[in-house]
Amino acid sequence: MTVGTPPAPVAAAGPRAADRRTGSRVWGGRVFAGLSYGSGILILLVLAAVAVFLVVQALPALTADPTELEQISWFRAESLLGYVGPLVFGTVLAALLALAMAVPVSIGIALFISHYAPRRLAQGLGYLVDLLAAIPSVVYGLWGALWLIGVLDPVMTWLSSTLGFIPIFAGYQAPAKNVLTAAVVLAVMILPIITAVAREVFLQTPRLHEEAALALGATRWEMIRTAVLPFGRSGVISAAMLGLGRALGETMAVLMVLSPGLLFSFFLLKPGQHQTIAANIAAQFPEAAGLSVSVLIATGLALFVITFVVNFVARAIVARRKDFSGAN
Amino acid sequence: MTALTIERDIQARRLPARAPWLVGAGALAVSLAVGSLGSGPSVPAVVALAVVLYAVTLYVLSRAVEGPRRATDRLAGIAVTSAFGLAMIPLVSLVWIVVSRGLRLFSISFLSTDMVGIFGEMTEGGAVHAIVGTLLVTGAAALISIPVGLFTAIYLVEYGRGPLARAITFLVDVMTGIPSIVAGLFAFALFTLIFGPAYRAGIMGAVALAVLMTPVVIRSVEEMLRLVPNELREAAYALGVPKWLTIVKVVLRTAAAGIVTGIMLAVARVIGETAPLLITVGQLNQMNWDLFDGRMMTLPVFAYRQYAQGGVGIDRAWAAALTLILIVMALNLLARLISRYFAPKAR
Repeated sequence: MTVGTPPAPVAAAGPRAADRRTGSRVWGGRVFAGLSYGSGILILLVLAAVAVFLVVQALPALTADPTELEQISWFRAESLLGYVGPLVFGTVLAALLALAMAVPVSIGIALFISHYAPRRLAQGLGYLVDLLAAIPSVVYGLWGALWLIGVLDPVMTWLSSTLGFIPIFAGYQAPAKNVLTAAVVLAVMILPIITAVAREVFLQTPRLHEEAALALGATRWEMIRTAVLPFGRSGVISAAMLGLGRALGETMAVLMVLSPGLLFSFFLLKPGQHQTIAANIAAQFPEAAGLSVSVLIATGLALFVITFVVNFVARAIVARRKDFSGAN
Repeated sequence: MTALTIERDIQARRLPARAPWLVGAGALAVSLAVGSLGSGPSVPAVVALAVVLYAVTLYVLSRAVEGPRRATDRLAGIAVTSAFGLAMIPLVSLVWIVVSRGLRLFSISFLSTDMVGIFGEMTEGGAVHAIVGTLLVTGAAALISIPVGLFTAIYLVEYGRGPLARAITFLVDVMTGIPSIVAGLFAFALFTLIFGPAYRAGIMGAVALAVLMTPVVIRSVEEMLRLVPNELREAAYALGVPKWLTIVKVVLRTAAAGIVTGIMLAVARVIGETAPLLITVGQLNQMNWDLFDGRMMTLPVFAYRQYAQGGVGIDRAWAAALTLILIVMALNLLARLISRYFAPKAR
């Protein structure tokens, strides 16, 4: 992007005309450059403002006395930290479960599109997966609450009766409004983003590496294992973290599927054990006023910090990778 | 003749080309038989059993004839293909259920009436107020984020150098990951600080959606601007055209189709956002055309509220979901068409 400064206009139309023209040109250029620069700065300001406004609004809750907090009808904890703790636990648990399900499937889909599907079909199939990203979250919520729960019911009954001796699968109760169902919906929602990033990375594998592996007699899978996967490892990690960021902040699907509870519990199949920060805010906010709004915004601040860190790390990995990929 | 080729294949330690097909048919037949023995065959169980049987049989066969390396290769191929098949289950089932349940109440009257005077199990009533609300709020969000996003992208591509541009690029990427509910809380916090805690208006939702939409716009416009060949810019400069005019008349015009596509995809992405609207714009049973005063209904929130209400509301929620998906798909389709037919030709 080496763009030099535009050459000075030719002063052929007399000094005054040239002056006027350069004048308007300089002004047009300045206004335009200023607008562009200002928009760039505005983006930074907005991001800072998100953090600042959340802190300002959360401050009353952060500094409030525990006795004041106990006035809130749904606040059943010793302190603010005691309230946020289980929420953070539920959020992270649901997101990690979703990630554990989504990552292997996404890698499979990405490999299918980049290395297995017929070349002519590949783009169309990729578009099909991208369609999953276009579906609004509230529709996923409806789908999860009114269809998926019924489908997963026999699976979870079986899981609980055969593997119930493992504590995490114990105690399944009939409507599958548990954290595992919520995680399945989240997994479907983060599939497209993980797949998209992983697919891009796999497609960038140097042709020569692949051909070298094949020339040495490797089967297709051995070629993928020795050339494609090592090349794409950091890309897949950052893709997974981007997916994690999405799963942490997703609201509606969890709100509509999960039956809430505020416990540090590993019973994945029991309803009423977990709740996520985002779903909790959406559930309580419309009826909240005064200090309870502050408490909810404080939990939102915690969510913002967590997702910011996750996304920051993911993007940092991608950015670092970009610097090095030219060397390959 | 065929016996001879099979013989030859096996001597060359290869499975004959039709072996996978035969194994597949066998696996399907066996799992169908097992399914009909049990308590009524359910489609997903039969398919799952067939896939597992197919994978195991082919692996064992291939291992015996071709050796472990080729067997693993075949297994990996099956695993990768079934991963793709697995991802199609939610897509197909979701589209199917939204269309089949949504059509129960989806009608002209659903699209043209609001919910005033609708109670109990009445099946009348509709979502026109929600559709109007969604269009107003999303439109306002687009009005905010398109100029900001466009100019930021221009800054990043045409003006930006050094650490500031790098920082903006990086933070825009991070911003795409802000949870939608946090964007809603931000808009709420901003407007309560200015107008007091009781203020509710469509513009709050628009600001929240703009926070979510701007980074997407920046990203896609930036990509499009970078695709514009440098020769075009240099040709314009050589003719004495100032930089800003070059950007307006040459760069933006060349990238116009791509930019419009990117913006429409960004709109499609935020139009279905629910959580930020739930906590800022709230809900209402009747039409509200004023973005700056009072609550508003929006289509995603309408779907959620109707679902939460239960009863006939669930049918209304599906109809609203169908409407929403139709709007999103129309935007997506239009965007693809624009990029296909109006993109500058390569040669």
